[in-house]
Amino acid sequence: MRALLVLATTAAAALTALGANAQVLRVVPHSNLNILDPIWTTQYMARNHGYMVYDTLFGTDEKSRVQPQMVDKWSASPDQRLWSFTLRPGLQFHDGAPVTGEDVIASISRWGKRDAMGQKLMTFVERMDAPAPNQFRIFLREPCGFVLEALGKPSSNVPFIMPRRVADTPADKQIEDYVGSGPYIFKRDEFKPGDKAVYLKNNQYVPRKETPSGTAGGKFVYVERVEWNLALRDAQAQVNALAKGEVDVLERPAFESYEQLKQAPGVALVNKDPLGFQYMCRFNHLHPPFNNPKVRQAALAAMPQEPFLRAQVGIKEFYRPCASMFTCNTPYGSAKGSEVQSKSNMKKAQELLKASGYDGTPVLIMKPTDLAAIQKLPDVAAQLLRQAGFKVDLQAMDWNSVVSRRAKKEPPAQGGWNVFCTAWVAPDIWNPLANAAIGGAGEKSWFGWPTDAELEKLRDEFARATEEPKKKALAEAIQARAFEIGTHAPLGEYVNPLAARKNVTGWVIGPGDIYWNVKKNGD
Amino acid sequence: MKVLANWSVRIGGATLVLLVLVALAAPWLGTVDPTLFDAASRDLRPGEAGEVTTLEGETIRHVFLMGSDSFGRDIYSRVLYGARASLVVGISAALMALLFGVLLGLAAGYLRSLDGPLMRVMDGIMAIPAILIAIALVALWRGSLPTVIFAIAIPEIPRVTRLVRALALSIREEPYVEAAVALGTPPGRVMFRHILPNCIAPLLVQATYTCAFAILLEAILSFLGVGLPPDIPTWGNIMAEGRVQFVAYPHNVFFPGVFLAVTVLAVNVFGDGLRDTLDPKMAKRV
Amino acid sequence: MYRFILKRLLSTIPVLLVVAVLVFSLLRLTPGDPAAIMAGDAANAEQIERIRAGLGLDQPIVLQFGTWLGRVIRGDLGESFYFRITVAELIRQRLEPTLALAALTILMAVLVSVPLGVAAAWRFGGWFDRALMGFSVMGFSVPVFVLAYLLIWLVSLKLGWLPVQGYRRIADGFIPFIQHLILPAITLSVIYIALIARVTRASVLEALGEDYIRTARAKGLPEMRVLVRHALANAAVPIVTVIGIGIAILIGGVVVTESVYAIPGLGRLTVDAVLARDFPTIQGVILFFSLVYVLVNLLIDVSYVFLDPRIRY
Repeated sequence: MRALLVLATTAAAALTALGANAQVLRVVPHSNLNILDPIWTTQYMARNHGYMVYDTLFGTDEKSRVQPQMVDKWSASPDQRLWSFTLRPGLQFHDGAPVTGEDVIASISRWGKRDAMGQKLMTFVERMDAPAPNQFRIFLREPCGFVLEALGKPSSNVPFIMPRRVADTPADKQIEDYVGSGPYIFKRDEFKPGDKAVYLKNNQYVPRKETPSGTAGGKFVYVERVEWNLALRDAQAQVNALAKGEVDVLERPAFESYEQLKQAPGVALVNKDPLGFQYMCRFNHLHPPFNNPKVRQAALAAMPQEPFLRAQVGIKEFYRPCASMFTCNTPYGSAKGSEVQSKSNMKKAQELLKASGYDGTPVLIMKPTDLAAIQKLPDVAAQLLRQAGFKVDLQAMDWNSVVSRRAKKEPPAQGGWNVFCTAWVAPDIWNPLANAAIGGAGEKSWFGWPTDAELEKLRDEFARATEEPKKKALAEAIQARAFEIGTHAPLGEYVNPLAARKNVTGWVIGPGDIYWNVKKNGD
Repeated sequence: MKVLANWSVRIGGATLVLLVLVALAAPWLGTVDPTLFDAASRDLRPGEAGEVTTLEGETIRHVFLMGSDSFGRDIYSRVLYGARASLVVGISAALMALLFGVLLGLAAGYLRSLDGPLMRVMDGIMAIPAILIAIALVALWRGSLPTVIFAIAIPEIPRVTRLVRALALSIREEPYVEAAVALGTPPGRVMFRHILPNCIAPLLVQATYTCAFAILLEAILSFLGVGLPPDIPTWGNIMAEGRVQFVAYPHNVFFPGVFLAVTVLAVNVFGDGLRDTLDPKMAKRV
Repeated sequence: MYRFILKRLLSTIPVLLVVAVLVFSLLRLTPGDPAAIMAGDAANAEQIERIRAGLGLDQPIVLQFGTWLGRVIRGDLGESFYFRITVAELIRQRLEPTLALAALTILMAVLVSVPLGVAAAWRFGGWFDRALMGFSVMGFSVPVFVLAYLLIWLVSLKLGWLPVQGYRRIADGFIPFIQHLILPAITLSVIYIALIARVTRASVLEALGEDYIRTARAKGLPEMRVLVRHALANAAVPIVTVIGIGIAILIGGVVVTESVYAIPGLGRLTVDAVLARDFPTIQGVILFFSLVYVLVNLLIDVSYVFLDPRIRY
C-alpha cells in the first residue's frame, strides 16, 4: 500500500513536471555567469545575459546588415553630421517606465567609455540630446562612416539600453540594478552564482513585426521561463544530461562530444551561427624574439591554418581555413596580403627564421587547461614552431591566469609572455574598427601591443570613410599591412553548433547565443 | 628477513619494482614520443594503426596498442611515460613530507619551547582540507613539477610531524637518552643518533601511505585542471583530457585508470605488509 | 566537563588564526590578478588598474589582512569580487547541497562499514575478513572521479535507474532529492567505508581479545549481544575518531564529486573561486571548512565522555 502511494505520488509529480517543463527552457551555457554588467566586461556570458534582459537600438541580421530594433525612423543630415532617431512606440522597462531619449543617451555614453568601437565613435561626437521623450539626436564634429554599425554591433560590448539611473553608474563600477527593456526579465531572487540564473518572459514586451534574424527582427518569446544551468561544467556530464533529457540545450558542446551527440536519439545539432568563430595566436611585440618583424614573418610562415583546425576542431564539416583576418563571407573578408601564411611551407619558414637572425630565445606560449574550445591550439603552435627551428617553452595554466598574465608588459622571464591563442566570434573581428588585434597604437593597443603608424593612419581613414567601395579598399590595405608587420596569426574559422533536444525549435540564425523565438514543443 | 617473507610486501613490492622498470625502460618498449601528435590519427581504437609525424618531419606508421586520444597521441606511450611522472611525484612528495616532517617533529618533540607554536601551525594545516591547499597552491603559482610536488607534500607534513613528535616524546624519556644528555651530548646529536633511528620503521610505513596519497592527489589535481603541465604525460592528465569523450572512447580513461589503481593498490598493500612486519603495534591500530 | 569544552573551544582560536594567516598569505603572494580577469578580454592596463584600486588590492598586505581579519571577527566575510553578494550569503546558498551530500554519505558509510568491520573481526582470518580487507584497500586506491564515471555509465546510462547529474532541493520534493543524491553519495562513501571498516575491524578485534569478552561469552550471552553491546561499544572511541578525521577526506572528495555530478555545493564554489582568483570567497570558504573540521573533532572529543565512561576530563 505504501509503495503504491509512493508510486502514485511520483507519477503525479512527474506528470505535472512534464506539463510544467514545456514552458521552461533549460540551457547549459558555455561558461559560468559571474558578471552581470555587459558594459563593464566584454565576456560573452555577460553579453548573452544582456541579450535576455536588454534591448538595442539597432541589430545586425544574419547577412551582416544593420537593421533598426528599438528605433522606428531615423535620418542623417545631408552633411552627415546630424543624426536624428525616433523610438518605436510601446517600449518600456521592466518596472513600467517608458524608454526615453534620455535613457538612450545615458546608455550610449556609458558604453562609449568602455567599448573600443564606442570610444572611437565618441571622438566624433560633439553632443547628444533628446528633443522629445521618444527621440534622440547625435551631433558629430565630422562625418563618421560607422554610426549605425556601432549602435547595432552584435558583440562585445553591445550598446544595450538601460534606464538612465542605471546608465549613470560610472563606467568603472559594475551596475547593481538589472532592470532592462528586453524580452526577458532577470529573476534576481532566484539567481545563484555557479548554480543557476533564471529569466521570465516579459509579457509587456512588444516585438517588431519582422522575422527574427541575427540580433534584428521581432524578439518573440514562446516559453515562460528560461533557466541557465551554471553548475553543469563537466563536458561528459553535459552530454549525458542532454541525452537523458535532463536539460534542453547545450550552448557550445566540446568538439569531442559531437560523436556521442550525433548518436543520441532525441538530440539535434543546430548550426545557428554559420559565420562562426575565428582562431588566432597573438605575438607579443614588446619582447624578443617577436619584437623582430622578420621573426614574426617566419612564425607566420610556420603556422598554416589546417593543422590547428584539424587538431582543435577535428570535424571536417565544422571548420574551414580562411585567409582573411576579418571573417570570410563578410563584406571585408578578402585574402589580400595573406600569402606569407597561406602560400608557405615549413622549409620556407625554416629559411626565413635563419635569415632573420633568430638567436634561440625561447618562445613562451601560454596554454589554458580549462577551456576546451581553444586548449589545443598552443600545443599545435609549439609543435610547428619547434619544427621551424624555434625554441619553445609551453606553459600550462588556467584561463584566468592567461587573462591576467597577458596583460603584463614585462619580459616573459619576469611574468610576461610571447604567445597566446584565443577565439573570437565573427562580429568582433569583421571590420578594422571592431577587430582589436589590428591596431598599431603600441601600448594602447590590445594585448601584444604592436606599434605601426601606417596601420593607425589607415584605420583612421577607415573610420572617416563613408562610401562602401572606399571602405573595402581601405580594409584590404589594412589587412595587407597587418600581415606585413605580423600583428597576429589568423588560424581559420569554425562553427560550434549547439546541441538541443529535438522538440526545441525556432533557433535564430546569427552570431551570439540568442534565446528569443525559441519554442519547446511538449516532451 | 621477516619483512621479505610477508606476502603483502612481496606482491606489493614486486608490482612496484615492475612498474619502476617499465617506467625506466619506456623509450625501448615500443613507444613513440608521447607529446607527438598527428590530427590524422585522432581517436583510434586500441589496436588500430595510424601515423605519427616526428619533429624532424618524417611520418612513421605505428600501431596504437591502447588507442589514441583526441589529439592523436599514442596512449600506450603516454601511459608508460606517465608511470615516470606519477612515480616521481609520489616518491618525491613522500620524501619531501618525510624530510620536513622529521625535522619539525624532532624539533617539536625534543625542544620544548618549539613544541607549542609548531603544533598549532601543524593543526592549522591539518584543518584545511588537503585538496584545497593543493588546488590553491598549484592554481595560484604555476603548474610545474616542483610546485605540484610541494603542493601535495604540504598537507602530509603535519601527519609525519605528529608521528615523529609522539615518538620523540616517548623516546626522550628512555634511560639511554637521559644518559646521553647527562654526558653533555648536544641536542642535535641526540635527536639524530638516538631518537631518529627508532622512528625508521613507522616512518617507512607512513611514507608508503603518503606516496599512495600523493599519486592519487596528483590525478585529482590533473582532473580538476590544476595539475602538471600538459607536456608531461601523467595518468591523471591523460584521464582528464579523455574524460570529455568517456562514453564514446573509454580507452582514454580506462587504461591510465587501471594503471593508477594498480599502482596505488600496490603501494598500499606494500605499506600494509611493512606495517604488519615492522611495527606490529601500529598493526593493531589501523 | 564544561571547563573542558570551553578550554577546547578556546584552543581552536589559535588554530583558526593560523589557518587565516596561511590562507591569506597564500593568496596575496601569488601572481594571479583578479582585476585582469574581471576586466575581460578587450580591456587595457588602465582599466585593470582602476579595478585593482577599487578592490583595495593596492594597499600593503599587512593592512589588507588586518582589515579583513577585523571584519571576519565581526562575522563579515566580505563580498565576492565577482558577484554582488556577500561571501556569507554565497556559502549559505551552497550549504544545503554539500551538507545533504555529506550527511547521506556519512550515514551510508557508517551503516555499511560498521557491520562489515564487526563481521570481519568476528570471523578474523576467514575469507570474509580477507575479502573485506582487499576491498577496503581497493576503495582507497581508485580515484573518486573514475568511480563516479563508472557508476554513471552503469547506473544512469546503461540501466537508466537514476539521473545523471544535478541537485534537487529537499523543499522541491523528497524523492527527487534522494534520487539525485544517491549516486554521488555512493561514490563518495566508498573511500569512507574502506577507512571506517578497517578501523572498526581493528578495534573490534582488539576488544574481542579482552577478558570481559570471555566473561560475557562464559555468562552465556548471545553472540550478537557480545559483539554489539560489549565489543563494539568498547571499540567506539577509535571508530568515532576516524569518522572525525575522515571529514577532511570527505571534504576533499566532495570537491571532485560535485564537479562530476554538477552539484552546486561548497566544493565547486571553492574550485571556481580559486580559478577566478576570487580572494574573499576562497578565504571565506577555506575558513569555513576549517571551522567545520575543528568543531566536528571537538564534538567527537566530547562524545568520548559518553562512549567511554573511563575517560574523564
